[in-house]
Amino acid sequence: MLFRSAARTSRIASSSLSTLSQRRLASSLVFLEQKGGKLNDGSLTAVTAAQQVGGDVAGIVIGSKADVDGVLAQVKSINGLSKIYAAADEAYANGIAENVTPLLASVIPSKSITHLFGAHSAAGKNIFPRLAGALDVSMISDIVALEGEDTFTRPIYAGNAILKLKSSKDAVKIVTVRTTAFSKASTEGGSAAVEEVAPVASDSNTKFVSEEIVVSSRPDLGSASKVVSGGRALKSKESFESVLDPLADALGAAVGASRAAVDAGYADNSLQVGQTGKVVAPELYVAVGISGAIQHLAGMKESKLIVAINKDADAPIFQIADVGLVADLFDAVPELVKELEAQK
Amino acid sequence: MHPSRPSLVHILVPVKRAIDYAVKIRIAPGNKGVDTSVKHSMNPFDEIAVEEAVRMREKQGKLVESITAVSIGPPKAVDTIRTALAMGADSGIHITVPEGTVVEPLAVAQAIKKLIERSGNTDLVILGKQAIDDDTGATGGMLAGLTGWSQAAFASKLGVSEDGKVEVTREIDGGLEKIESKLPLILTTDLRLNEPRYASLPNIMKAKKKKIETLKPEDLGLDFTPRLETISVSAPAERQGGGKVETVAELVSKLKEAGVI
Repeated sequence: MLFRSAARTSRIASSSLSTLSQRRLASSLVFLEQKGGKLNDGSLTAVTAAQQVGGDVAGIVIGSKADVDGVLAQVKSINGLSKIYAAADEAYANGIAENVTPLLASVIPSKSITHLFGAHSAAGKNIFPRLAGALDVSMISDIVALEGEDTFTRPIYAGNAILKLKSSKDAVKIVTVRTTAFSKASTEGGSAAVEEVAPVASDSNTKFVSEEIVVSSRPDLGSASKVVSGGRALKSKESFESVLDPLADALGAAVGASRAAVDAGYADNSLQVGQTGKVVAPELYVAVGISGAIQHLAGMKESKLIVAINKDADAPIFQIADVGLVADLFDAVPELVKELEAQK
Repeated sequence: MHPSRPSLVHILVPVKRAIDYAVKIRIAPGNKGVDTSVKHSMNPFDEIAVEEAVRMREKQGKLVESITAVSIGPPKAVDTIRTALAMGADSGIHITVPEGTVVEPLAVAQAIKKLIERSGNTDLVILGKQAIDDDTGATGGMLAGLTGWSQAAFASKLGVSEDGKVEVTREIDGGLEKIESKLPLILTTDLRLNEPRYASLPNIMKAKKKKIETLKPEDLGLDFTPRLETISVSAPAERQGGGKVETVAELVSKLKEAGVI
């Protein structure tokens, strides 16, 4: 009797100890990216990835005082975050990697962080590798899945192969997340405490000069639920717009483009979908006059429903399209717009 | 950090031998990698890097003192260096590893850092923004983090002035950003920085006479043991094409069926 109860006690003790040590092991930090005080939605998918590791998940916001104050109201209620670290300084105003990196490099060890997650966005791709170099650890880019604390899955060769890797040698995992591969954490129900973090000086020579952001009334390409994309077959900038814009408006879709269309000057390069542009995974992807090169497919083949309109019946895009229409786009697209309008 | 202003710029251009972008890759038996017995060529973003270095010299002849192409890879990576020499680089450095060796971005960044320290006069490193095989896109940033140098990632326009001032237009989500910095600098190239040239036959012949220094990792005190372990490499889930429709009306009814309109 005595023996048995002692055994039970020790079993309980050891099992609670192991949970405790696991908790202590995993402590994730999510880089909550903001621009002008507005949270980048992609960061919410990084929160989801961090939660899958288990253990504690905190967030960090970095920016000018005004921007940090602005974004804090939004991020405090993100579900699943225990704490928000806030670092405000004018040096962080434009997210210059040289200024932001020393701060992250000091927060990570001082807060015993084991995993840093962020969106695989332009900012994440700019800051995270520099941080990995500064900490002398690997970089785990663009993950689509993870298992436990150290096993990650990511596409390689433009999405034509899937690599599963284990990171056991690095003390800190620096991870960017493919935002279309994880759901967004809810921005409601959380109540994270805010802890201010003192800025860390940098001796950087780099200064922000200006930026040109393409303003659009349509949904953002990266997060749109529908995307209409055009390729080289659109023939000119004028016809790209006059043919695709009405279709995008009829569907409530964002406009994308193939590299060929961008290189030919039909569309701005911020619209490029593909390995070297944006990776999207909307409910509906309509590829108009796009042949379907590997490079382009890498950016859209995770879309739920792919529709292709192309004159060439042998175009590779038809091999992956759920619905294909072999037709001249200059006839088919206006007709499609008319039909869609009639449905409304 | 770096001795005063550079009157003459020494450029280092790391180039990677990768499976040609047009090759449809196949998973190798054993699910630990891909079949590499296929056509290889210089990583496309690295061609842009070499081109930018060569153009800088063509535009500002007095500014550029040297362009060194460096590659870390199996014996065949020397072909990639020759291509860079034929495009206009002056000399090459080849850090050889046995065929099939995985050299991770962090190891590459550490190696380039060693070369920078060894040369003592490198001002500018131009790298591709990512290699199209591992798609990590980390080497340039890691090198900047290791050296503490300024960085300009995803550059679509570059201007370097005599006093070492650098102006870079960068591609960011939603548009472009302009930054200003100073040499020494780590720059990574985006697609639209330039259109790389083809090496002409005379230049290919001339490139054969240019010097390539061959080193082993040990010569630089480097250890390329991977930090990350490959568990598996597999084919992505196949997407089933859904066949074709004849008319726009049929297309619309398919969209309805799927519930997207």
